[in-house]
Amino acid sequence: MAAPVELPTPAKATRKRATVRPATSVLYDAPGPRTKRILWVSSAAAAALLLVLGWYLVIRPLDEQGQFSEQLWGPIIDPDNASFTPLWQLIGRGTVATLKAAAIAVVTSLICGLALAMLRIQLKHLTTQRFSHLPQPVATGARGLTWLLNGVTRVCVELLRGMPVLVTIFFVARGLRQAGLHWPEMWFLVIGLTLYNMVVIAEIVRSGIEGLPRGQREAAASIGLSPAQTTRLVLLPQAVRVMLPAVISQLVVVLKDTSLGVLIGYHDLLWWTKTAVLNLNNPIQMYIVVGLIFLVVNYALSRLATWTQRHL
Amino acid sequence: MGLLIDRFELFRDGFLLTLQLCVVAGLIALLLGTIAATLRVSPLPPLRAVGTAYVTLFRNVPLTVVMFFVVFGLPALGSQARFLAIPGLDILFPRLTIDLPYFRLTALALAVYTGAFVCEGLRSGINAVPAGQAEAARALGLSFVQNLRHVVLPQAFRASVVPIGSVIVAMIKNSALAGFFGLVGDLMQTADVLTSQEGQPLIPVFIGISIGYLVMTIPLGITLDRVEKGRK
Repeated sequence: MAAPVELPTPAKATRKRATVRPATSVLYDAPGPRTKRILWVSSAAAAALLLVLGWYLVIRPLDEQGQFSEQLWGPIIDPDNASFTPLWQLIGRGTVATLKAAAIAVVTSLICGLALAMLRIQLKHLTTQRFSHLPQPVATGARGLTWLLNGVTRVCVELLRGMPVLVTIFFVARGLRQAGLHWPEMWFLVIGLTLYNMVVIAEIVRSGIEGLPRGQREAAASIGLSPAQTTRLVLLPQAVRVMLPAVISQLVVVLKDTSLGVLIGYHDLLWWTKTAVLNLNNPIQMYIVVGLIFLVVNYALSRLATWTQRHL
Repeated sequence: MGLLIDRFELFRDGFLLTLQLCVVAGLIALLLGTIAATLRVSPLPPLRAVGTAYVTLFRNVPLTVVMFFVVFGLPALGSQARFLAIPGLDILFPRLTIDLPYFRLTALALAVYTGAFVCEGLRSGINAVPAGQAEAARALGLSFVQNLRHVVLPQAFRASVVPIGSVIVAMIKNSALAGFFGLVGDLMQTADVLTSQEGQPLIPVFIGISIGYLVMTIPLGITLDRVEKGRK
């Protein structure tokens, strides 16, 4: 009895993406037996050379400086060390503080960024209107106003985008403190990060929406949707798929920039690390640990970005 | 606003120092990025692993941590980054050779960090070169190195102008960190001194140093946009 054979449906077959072969894979031939041997030998030689270099340039100097000593590493890796528990409690507290600020900044940047993108699209749309249903002076006024608003938002976006985020955070913190607002530092950090990242996210969203085929907007308009409805119901859902990877990469940037909080006195991971280094006097070891923590979290986020890119 | 005119020299010197830092760090970053990109496309797995490790590490660790590590860690190891004090360069970059190591250390941290992103920009450029080019070069009998040097890299450099340009813009903005890590007299540190020690009003200082940064970032950004649009 013949088993029913499942034929690949055309829909399935076409869903397979055309893969672009990167030039890196064609720089050299698929190795034959001789080349394979040469590659093996030279790989081994390169690995050995790297190990020797690593030993002479990194490990040995570090060892001569006593950087592998129990005294410096003990508080970090030895649970019996008196400093072990308090140190990791501080690191934990710092990590939570950093992640908390980053999470809030991410949410506010996303919300404000979306709102800003909508505003800019709406304004740009309005500048194409002639307001001919209004009486002449009002129409001219309305057109002037939309041009002005469009220009102002554009200039603000360019200025905020061109400024170092650190300068923004620094002056937000100083300025609000001088204005008599004694909020916790975290909010200054969040406001500074939001001001910068909302602009970046707005640009990603805007280019995602403007990259859609014109027919989408025209079709939506022809079935009677208002510009706001068009954006919300038709354009945004499609644009999200295109821009999600870029947005997630931007979130990695937000998380990395959260570490700037230490410079305005926010008690984050780096701040507690700095404090610990003052007492334990082991900067190399502590900054390696902090680097690893950031590395793990950010690497996971970047993988998520790549994964989303592949699965959308 | 009088502050901007009265203390114009201070802002100008701050701008020039930030510019010097960016030029030094940018040049080293381009060098490191090119080396790392070559490693990443090499046929030897151990070399590829080194390139990948470098890029993964510095793309995922914040510059602040790198700065802490380089500025406080290297001196603890007894290095003042003296190898950057190349004789002759002190005409252009007087800070490179002075005793205080902070210009060298912050430039090094900025360069090592930016190098990873330059490598990614280059690699995206290499991937943008059509596979047929490298295949044709190989069909002509060019070796791996010849292939890279005469065929792939010249085209890759052209394709990576825009990505590397935006990396450099980001680096200029990141250079503001140096002022918090011992570099005296750059734009950010000038702002800090003026507002906290001298108690000057915030707004003029903010405008002054913003102009300093925007003069560098906005024209570069506009040029890159032009180049990108011109290509399409």
